[in-house]
Order: sequence, then structure tokens, then C-alpha cells
Amino acid sequence: MTPFRVSIFAAIAALILLAVVFELMRSRRLQERYALLWLLTGLVVFVLAVWRSLLGWAANTVGIAYPPSALFVLASFFILVVLLHYSTVISRLSEQNTALAQRLALLEHELEQTRSRG
Amino acid sequence: MGLRKIAIVPALNEERSIAAVIAEIRAADPEFDVVVIDDGSTDSTAARAESAGARVVRLPFNLGIGGAVQTGLQYARDHDFSIAVQIDADGQHDPTQLPQLLAPLVAGEADVVVGSRFLGERNYKAPFVRRIGIRVFAAIISGVVGQPLTDTSSSFRAYGRRAIAYFSRDYPHGFVESVEATVIASRCGLRLKEVPVVMRQRLMGQSSLTLPLSIYYSIKVLVAVFVGIFRRSAYELKEE
Repeated sequence: MTPFRVSIFAAIAALILLAVVFELMRSRRLQERYALLWLLTGLVVFVLAVWRSLLGWAANTVGIAYPPSALFVLASFFILVVLLHYSTVISRLSEQNTALAQRLALLEHELEQTRSRG
Repeated sequence: MGLRKIAIVPALNEERSIAAVIAEIRAADPEFDVVVIDDGSTDSTAARAESAGARVVRLPFNLGIGGAVQTGLQYARDHDFSIAVQIDADGQHDPTQLPQLLAPLVAGEADVVVGSRFLGERNYKAPFVRRIGIRVFAAIISGVVGQPLTDTSSSFRAYGRRAIAYFSRDYPHGFVESVEATVIASRCGLRLKEVPVVMRQRLMGQSSLTLPLSIYYSIKVLVAVFVGIFRRSAYELKEE
């Protein structure tokens, strides 16, 4: 069972995270597709905080003796997923960046040719 | 009218050799158009190439050899060339050997022709470690593509229409991309053929490969090749 004060504190932290993510989305600084993982993180932390016996039960089920460790495992897992997601985003952006550079260079060449002819 | 042919010369800071390379291509085969892809040079490579009579496409920043070659292939596709040849700007590829390189394309026997340093007369002088590296890669890649190949990292290559169409959309980026390109070619149904070529010592400059870099690129290429076996083609090659 998560101690009551920890539970209150964690719930507030989760709500702040959710509020910050929501505000970033509202002010269009964070696109929905990138916000989903963060919303999920906030939600999971919130549920674990409020449902006080859940963390202990989950830790016990997977064989973790000390429930707060389960929290760290979960947290590192989320961070890994978010980072992996970023790697895919960077890959896509760099591919698009290359395609744009190539298109730009070719069009610039065509423009020069057209200008020197006309 | 013959086939329209273009020489793609990717160049990064090659102001000392670029004009000579262009002149050599012209001298070897006047039917060739020459497009220099300036991959973000900071010297006068572009200006010298232009005054030597080449078309020059300037990339806004350095993309690496793969991105530059692909730009040249896109140029070839947009301008409806039926044969494109990739020639290094440092002078190690000898344009007088273009006829050998083009023969299988003209005969319709292949879509990609690679000039191999290890077929026929062997006078290729490279550091021992590099030669071993090339051999090991050749053995691995031969197994992957199911066709004996002797030189997978040669960048002296000729592309026919189908290869131009495919690679202008999907070409590996970065450095030492030719090995990956070989695997992609065979995966998407392009016919590969090697012909013997003799390469010269570079006119200017040194190879940019140091040992740690070679190891890094080797690992990168092996991973790329392994994943490449399982990767879907970026798009289906249509039969013309």
C-alpha cells in the first residue's frame, strides 16, 4: 500500500504534468501526435498514485520485492519509449530535410538555366 | 540518335581536380553531359566546374556522398537521361574506361554496372587492411544477393533507366553507401553486373578514411545490409 502522503504528492505531480502537457497542446507548442506518450505517462502515474494498492500488487505480480522499484522500472521504460519515439521522429525529419535540400538544389539549377536562357 | 548519357560527379571541396576530371570525361566521350553535384563545398569547386563546362547543382549543405549521388540521379530522371554514370571528382576513375562500363547497359544485360577493381588485371594498390575489408564485404554481399561480386564498395558505376528510376527515389544516405545500394538493387529486382576497371591513384588529396572510421562504417554498413534483407522496397519498380 502506497503511504497516504506519497499518494497525495504523486497525484499532484501527475496532475501538474498533465496540465503542462495540456497547456503546451493548447498553445500549439506541442503537436497531438507527440503529446500522446506524455499524456499516457501522466495518466499512469496518476492512476498508480490514487489507486494505492495497485503498485504493490503489480510489483508483487512481476516479483519485485520493493514496490517503489517497480515505479522506477516503469519510469525508465516510459523514458525509453519516448526517446525511441524521438529517434523515429528525427529519422523522418532528416530524411525529409535531405529530400528538401535535393529538390531545392535541382530547382535552383533549373531557375538559373531558365534565367540565363531568357 | 544515341542514348542520352550523363556523368554524375559528386564533389566536396575538389577545386584542384574537378576541372581536369570534367575535361577527361568530355575527351573520352563528347556525348556525355556532365552534372557536378556540389555537396556543400566551401572552396571554388562549383565555379571551376561551371567554367569547365559542366552543369552544376549546388546542395545547400553537405548531404554526404549518398545524398549527392541521389541528387544526380534525380537530375538524370527529370531530364530523361537513359544512362547515368557516377564518377568521383578526385580523379581516381578513368573516363577512358567508360565504354566497358556502359557496354552491359547498352546491350540490355544489366541495370547497374559496377566497375570492379578486382576483376581481370589486378593493379589496385590499397592498404592491406582496406583490401581485406573489401574482400570480406564482397564475400558477405555475394551471399546476400546470391550472385558472385568482387568489389561492392566501388563507386565507379553506371545506371540504366530502371536503376535511375528506382534510386532517384530510394538511395542510401551517408558515407560508404555503395554497399547498401548493391543490396537494395538486388532486392528490388535490378540486374547487377560487374566489369573490370583499373583505378588510378587519386590526383589530389588523401582518402578520408581512417581506421576507427573504417570500423564504424563497416559496422554501420553490416547493420544496414542485414536490415536491408528484411526491408520492404520503398516502391515497386514498374516495368516499362
